[in-house]
Amino acid sequence: MTQERILVALAGQPNCGKSTVFNALTGAGQHVANYPGVTVEKMIGSYRRDGTRVEVVDLPGTYSLTSFSPEERVSRDFLLHDSPSVVVNVADASNLKRHLYLTFQLLEMDVKLVVDLNMMDVAERRGIDINTRELGRLIGAPVVPTTMKSGRGKDDLLNEIDRVSSAAIAKTAHIDYGPMEPYLREIRDRLSVAWEGPYAYPLRWLAVKLMEGDADAQERVRQGYSDPKACLDFVEQTRSAFESEHKETPERHIAYHRYQAADTVSRACIRARQTVDPPLSDKVDRLVCNRFLGPAILVGVIYLLYYLSIVQGYNITNYTWPILAKLRGLTEAITPSPGFIEIPLIRSFALWFVDSINALLNYIPIFFVLFGLIAILEDSGYMPRMAFLLDRLFSRFGLHGQSTLPMVLGGIYVGGCAVPGVMACKGIPDERSRLATILIIPMLNCMAKVPLYVLMINIYFAANKGMAMFFISTVGLLMVLPVAKILTMTVLKKKPTAPFIMEMPPYHIPTIRGVLGRAVERVWLFIRKIITIVAAVAVVIFVLLQFPGLSDDRMAYYDAEKDKAINAFYREIEGAPFTQELQGDNLLALVLYWDTYKTAKMTAGGKEAIDKVNAEFEKKNATFFSIVNPGKDKTARNANRAFKKLVKERNGFLREMRKERIDASFLGRLGKALEPVTQWAGFNWRVNVALLSAFAAKESSVATLGALYDQGETGDQSLEKRMAEGETGFTPLHALGLMLFMVLYPPCIATTIMVKIQSGSVKWMLFSMIYPMVLGLVVAVMVFSGGSALGLTGLQAMVVFYGLALAATIAAGLMKNREELS
Amino acid sequence: MTLDELKPGNKCRIKKLSARDKLGQRLLDMGVYPGTQLKVVRNAPLEDPMEVSLDGFFVSLRHDEARFVEVELR
Repeated sequence: MTQERILVALAGQPNCGKSTVFNALTGAGQHVANYPGVTVEKMIGSYRRDGTRVEVVDLPGTYSLTSFSPEERVSRDFLLHDSPSVVVNVADASNLKRHLYLTFQLLEMDVKLVVDLNMMDVAERRGIDINTRELGRLIGAPVVPTTMKSGRGKDDLLNEIDRVSSAAIAKTAHIDYGPMEPYLREIRDRLSVAWEGPYAYPLRWLAVKLMEGDADAQERVRQGYSDPKACLDFVEQTRSAFESEHKETPERHIAYHRYQAADTVSRACIRARQTVDPPLSDKVDRLVCNRFLGPAILVGVIYLLYYLSIVQGYNITNYTWPILAKLRGLTEAITPSPGFIEIPLIRSFALWFVDSINALLNYIPIFFVLFGLIAILEDSGYMPRMAFLLDRLFSRFGLHGQSTLPMVLGGIYVGGCAVPGVMACKGIPDERSRLATILIIPMLNCMAKVPLYVLMINIYFAANKGMAMFFISTVGLLMVLPVAKILTMTVLKKKPTAPFIMEMPPYHIPTIRGVLGRAVERVWLFIRKIITIVAAVAVVIFVLLQFPGLSDDRMAYYDAEKDKAINAFYREIEGAPFTQELQGDNLLALVLYWDTYKTAKMTAGGKEAIDKVNAEFEKKNATFFSIVNPGKDKTARNANRAFKKLVKERNGFLREMRKERIDASFLGRLGKALEPVTQWAGFNWRVNVALLSAFAAKESSVATLGALYDQGETGDQSLEKRMAEGETGFTPLHALGLMLFMVLYPPCIATTIMVKIQSGSVKWMLFSMIYPMVLGLVVAVMVFSGGSALGLTGLQAMVVFYGLALAATIAAGLMKNREELS
Repeated sequence: MTLDELKPGNKCRIKKLSARDKLGQRLLDMGVYPGTQLKVVRNAPLEDPMEVSLDGFFVSLRHDEARFVEVELR
């Protein structure tokens, strides 16, 4: 090899072990990009050989190279426009004829081809004996037999890539299209006039594509010729002339001939084929796709997925959370310490920021497990079975068999996460169903919605907790299905659909490398794309919640109150020996000392640890220690009592100031401004603020409510009590409206970004935010205002609503959506 | 008769494809073309889709899609 850098493309049909080849060739040096303008992933890797850097692009697995699917289009464009030095066509040796169908299409593109006949071990096991030399001679391209899973033949492949990259283009075999050849020659002659387009295309390839009626090839002609219309009209005439003469559409004639050529070649080089038992996969499928056992296994798999990722993954966070807590502690330590009643802005900002990021980082262990499990499902071949089992059910609602996994991940019962759910929509080939699935996933019950449900149910449905929890867990699905149907019948009506037809590939044992690699890669995508944006939004929400802040008047008021409290404290301890040591800044130092002492004691477990904490704090400051831990000394006990009162007052001030700040903040004003509308749904401005702040992350709703319902003196009460006392006008009907709004609530920022990535459009991202808001408000108004007008109790309204949702689901399911397919 | 009328266990030979465009192309890509021998392996638990085997591999398709494949029983 003499070049400094060569480009190699890997092409092949799905399930030929192409990604194994890619991993074996490139090792760790891989990254993911997107092809311009589409959501198809581009895998790029590289390796070095004799001082040459070989860049490898793993094209998406496709059966064919038409312009019907984005995957096929990007593969084709890459081969034509990026002109790779070598194209490695990975083919499954155990299914040669089928894989040759793509090989012939590649040969037609006049690329320098190396055929990697992979999975030789499977072929050998099945008694298929292939004469690779003869195969190479027949197709006019080198053939390298490999079993890449175990590294067999890797060196041969590397050598062959080297050799072909520096060799001149070989005379490869072209398919003889029989009676179509004269027609193709005519088109070709017509094409060989002055070409003005940006790229040069192999003329025979272009002629065949035009004959197939390929829309993309027609576009090329429009760009490449000064008089494209005449040329395309000629093509159209030729097509219809062929069709009327041979009673066959040109595209089918072409495909049949490709198969015939593949058949001829594979017959000629497969020497012996013993009849063997049906493949093991088929035996497994007798169970996995069985009428009764199949659904049971599916439920088991779903449960296991949920249990391992959500339940066990959540347990891992017990170990990772302390690391994040340390990060917060570090932030506390390095930012300016708080004053008596004024918290430095930089400190509250830094803590808010760290808290917002931590809330998401905390999900990483769960995501890691989840993405690993999804990779196992994908690699094992179970996903198509899942789609097979449930397609009938989901297709009735405009969804797709492959919507199953995304919906499970999103939280089909309770406790999912919309981010991996939306991410998993990538595999759905039908664009209309894919968009519908992406749009409904955020309405399922993600983990972060649950705290609000629990809060509401504990306060307002305490007597019927079980029933209320069942209602809220299942009503999501009953709303999602009719909504999906309506979306596909309205806004998504024009979106292209794709046939369901899919291969049921043989089962594979996933490799650890493949699974871990994918899990790491997806977690990394999450961190890179999402955390950065959440960080930015956290800043915005912080500003909205903090500013304009307290007025000078109010600040002066709190200052005066603070002085009053401090003076009262000094009066109480007058005459005590340590009075001098508590003057000025030292008092604040004592307050902070008290805080850290309390935290240290709380986190210390067991008597020994507490003793150790005591000794440590006594050493730090003996006087302070005698006040926070007075023992039997009378003066000290008196001071301790007075000091506790002071601390309590300080906490009261801080809480009230925070509440006032939110009241006056931009978000608070927005909440109030929305009240005239939201009152019909039963939401007051406090609820509005909680809901608005939940947009960044849904967990925030309960935290914000917590801040808004702070009752100062009664600070030890649970939020349930505080809210019940603070909102005496709130009824179960209010709570029901709020819970249903939460179900339909717009996706959180993280999900919104994922929607943009997966739908590839800002427009759909915005739509995914707006329509649930409108829908949620309509439902909440219906429940609250409707329920009030009819004089229903919360529980009655719940039952009525459930009935309506169920009826809507059944009606949507029964509605026919048969369309002309062809 | 058409492929969607077949029951699990039936074997047939493909006579003609009447689908065009995307569906026709997809059927062709999956190896469904005249002359191929095909066997219906099973229906999904809810009857639809169906799974067929041809040329040693397995393909699933909806009955709606199978309507466009003309076959003769073997």
